[in-house]
Amino acid sequence: MARRVLLIEDEPNIIEAISFILSRDGWTVHAHADGTTAFDRVRALPPDLIILDVMLPGRSGFDILRDLRAAPALAAIPVLMLTARGQTKDRELAERLGVSLFMTKPFSNAEVLANVRALVAE
Amino acid sequence: MLTFNLLVLVALAYVAFLFAVAFAAERRAARGDDGWLRSPLIYTLSLSIYCTAWTFYGAVGYAARSGLEYLTIYLGPSLVMIGWFWVVRKLVRIGRTQRITSIADLISSRYGKSTALGVIVTILVVVGITPYIALQLQSITLSFSVFVDPGGDVPAGASRDAVALWSAAGLALFTILFGTRNLDANERHHGVVLAIAVEAVVKLCALLAVGIFVVWGIGRGWTDMLARIDASPIADWSQPGGRWVGLTFLSAAAFLCLPRMFQVLVVENGNERHLVTASWAFPLYLLLMSLFVVPIAVLGLDLMPAGSNPDLFVLTLPLSQGRDGLAMLSFLGGFSSATSMVIVATIALATMVSNHIVVPVWLRLRRDGSMIAGDVRGVVLLARRVSIAAVLALGYVYFRLSGGGAALSAIGLIAFVGVTQILPAMIGGIFWRGATGLGAAAGLVSGFAIWVWTLFLPSFGADAVIPAQVMAQGPWGIGWLRPHAFFGVQGIDPVMHAMIWSMLVNTSLFLIVSMLTFPNPLERMQGAQFVNVFEHSAGTRAWGQTAAAAEDLLIMAQRIIGAADAQAIFLRAAQAQGKPGYLPDVTPDFIALLERELAGSVGAATAHAMVGQFTEGASVTVEDLIAVADEAAQILEYSTQLEAKSAELEQTAGQLRAANEKLTALSVQKDSFLSQISHELRTPMTSIRAFSEILRDGDTGPAEQQKYAGIIQDEALRLTRLLDDLLDLDVLEHGQVELHRQRGQLRDVIDRAVSAAGPRGGRLRLVRRRADEAIMLETDLERLAQVFINLIANAQKYCNAADPVLRIEVARLGAGYAVDFVDNGTGISPEHRQVIFEKFSRLTDPGRAGGAGLGLAICREIMARLGGGIDYLPGQGGAAFRVVLPVADAMAAQ
Repeated sequence: MARRVLLIEDEPNIIEAISFILSRDGWTVHAHADGTTAFDRVRALPPDLIILDVMLPGRSGFDILRDLRAAPALAAIPVLMLTARGQTKDRELAERLGVSLFMTKPFSNAEVLANVRALVAE
Repeated sequence: MLTFNLLVLVALAYVAFLFAVAFAAERRAARGDDGWLRSPLIYTLSLSIYCTAWTFYGAVGYAARSGLEYLTIYLGPSLVMIGWFWVVRKLVRIGRTQRITSIADLISSRYGKSTALGVIVTILVVVGITPYIALQLQSITLSFSVFVDPGGDVPAGASRDAVALWSAAGLALFTILFGTRNLDANERHHGVVLAIAVEAVVKLCALLAVGIFVVWGIGRGWTDMLARIDASPIADWSQPGGRWVGLTFLSAAAFLCLPRMFQVLVVENGNERHLVTASWAFPLYLLLMSLFVVPIAVLGLDLMPAGSNPDLFVLTLPLSQGRDGLAMLSFLGGFSSATSMVIVATIALATMVSNHIVVPVWLRLRRDGSMIAGDVRGVVLLARRVSIAAVLALGYVYFRLSGGGAALSAIGLIAFVGVTQILPAMIGGIFWRGATGLGAAAGLVSGFAIWVWTLFLPSFGADAVIPAQVMAQGPWGIGWLRPHAFFGVQGIDPVMHAMIWSMLVNTSLFLIVSMLTFPNPLERMQGAQFVNVFEHSAGTRAWGQTAAAAEDLLIMAQRIIGAADAQAIFLRAAQAQGKPGYLPDVTPDFIALLERELAGSVGAATAHAMVGQFTEGASVTVEDLIAVADEAAQILEYSTQLEAKSAELEQTAGQLRAANEKLTALSVQKDSFLSQISHELRTPMTSIRAFSEILRDGDTGPAEQQKYAGIIQDEALRLTRLLDDLLDLDVLEHGQVELHRQRGQLRDVIDRAVSAAGPRGGRLRLVRRRADEAIMLETDLERLAQVFINLIANAQKYCNAADPVLRIEVARLGAGYAVDFVDNGTGISPEHRQVIFEKFSRLTDPGRAGGAGLGLAICREIMARLGGGIDYLPGQGGAAFRVVLPVADAMAAQ
């Protein structure tokens, strides 16, 4: 069965790009653009990997990550945080909250793909 | 007998000679060859403008009427100069270090660069000195009339008034030509000063010549003269001591406070050491001026027919003896006395009027940042020239209205009492740190009011301004308010009465209010600088670190003091800091220096406000930082008395905390701006990079290729738009924006905006009332359309109604108009209304907006530049914005 990735991201063009890259590699990509309902979506799926943006309408990626790590059933899902906010303090905050990997935009497609593979293989 | 025409010819030739002297001096000074122009001798001679026509002609009249009392008028200034070390030296030092331009500037600067005090002093001296100028015009016309043959060879039109009018016009021309050649008062007026010095010599020679002629020509030497004096009534006058002390005090105070004396004594002083020479040479000059006064008076009373005007003995005695040449010299002496006083007084008054009234008003009217766009230098010069003409016109009008009669002859002492009201604030200000602006204002205003009521208004004559009944019984029958008998004190001569009461109330209020009020930090700092001027002439004024860009300050400074001078100052400052180029670091020292330089042109209060416009641009105001710095300095200074000052300490701590919080907020604001801008740039870059990599991989079909290339193009456009907006905003906020003003219909501007915004959101329906839009505008129509496009585009993007409608309505607002943009969506919640005009304040998700949240920030900047405004208009149902069109630009529908 194809592995499932949940992409929580609000920029339509970025959703399109990541979906294309991962689908081409055989992943099933679900996209979700809203921060408030993202947690419910994770619980409903749940995916093998989450790619999480930070600046989301309604609720920030940091808050969603904190909720995920606090929920016993979902805490083990690897989270790849992908954000345009590249400041050190953002990275530090993400790491404190238990992010699996922190990447800044713009990214190289190959790197994203390699990281997704590595995170799910672990 | 001298003919009138010859007299006019000689006067004109003399004036032409003075023009030549002034012009030559300016030429020399321009070549840098001004060594001897700045000599102590010239300085001393320039002080002689103290001797006006009132002293030249009037002293003899005074002696003929009141004996030796006229000496008090010379005694006061002599004492001030002999004791130069105490007061004058301090004034001169303060004048130089603080770049004081006038006595109003001194008071304003001392009390925290107060605009109000500058205005009060300016009004006071204009009211007091205008009649004094009128007196000079009168003396010129009077001296002309002495020469007119009663048979009358007077050409038509050469009436008394015509002489006064032409004199006033000529003086205005001279003063404008040589008094406003450069702006910086500290550059000084070489031409004017030299011309005055020449006039000083002429009037001294004239009076000495007449005196010598009287003693040895008519009389038979000193012995004979002394005998005649003993025989004359002048020897009989008894001199009450109190009155002598009072008049001496009055003339000493006036010597310090008269605007023209302050001008030559302090502003035109090139070197403090000149005071040493002046301290003996000036009293000597006064002594020579007064030497022959009594002999001339005595012989005049003896020889001239009874009833002839003793004020004109200096002229009429030589004439009656057939000495036309001597009379002519004497005439030129009186003419010199009058003209030199008028020229300097006018320069001083015009400087005050333009610096303290015209320019501040102009600045306030143009508060929209046009400081950079407008040429301040031109405005200040024009203001000064217009002020000169206005002051002289005022003097002339006063002369006409008062009829040039006896009312004028008393005006000398009346003016003295008027300007003396400045003395407590001035002396208190330079010797007492506790003096406050409120105290100074209370003293000045009360003293001024008493002077106007008890001396100035009554001087117009009974029933002229104050009805005779009020003079006799007081206003509304209140006896103790009678102008010449305040609180029932009667029987004193009006001048002494007014002086005692006004000085008593003025000084008391000044002291009491000063002790009861707490000076603000800037005031306290200026107070310390003035009182302790000898301890730290280098200046310890502390300015806070500010965000003002050196370049902005340079642009402003160039407009005020001229490009060459401004660049020289900046270059020197940069070199002193060890930096290459023209832009030094904006350190507190540098700002203090710059402010002082500018103060030399436009006065301290205005300079402070101008520099403040740039340095206070940041969230932390300079005022706050000064407050902190000043409070800290105060605490150090008074550390021994700290226990007693715990309240003050508390206040300081509070101010420090507040400043600290503001600084923190500013830093957070900057961080968040950087982070937001990075986010806004990275997002489109991400799409561009990802899709270009996908296209390069090459395993996409033609349809996908087409689509992805489209996305790359869209995102690239988004990036471009963002950068354009950012640059636009930056230019609007900080740079020099060129506005292309043109006339056009509001309707056309809205049409253009609608068609520009149209294609993107066809769903939005617009409701307009085109008839209301027939309004002519004169403004930058392109920029205005940009604002409208933004607002329509916002409605297209954000209006969440099922059937979105945007109403565009013209509203009448007082004299002007506003255009309202109201949609039928859910609107913007009150807490968000605070932030929508901030940069990057996008409220909803970016997918729908497609902008970076700069639109409204740009709109706000544009409207501010155009002189209008934009605001959220609450209570309209949907989102509503009101664009207020600039009032002056909107013209009613025609």
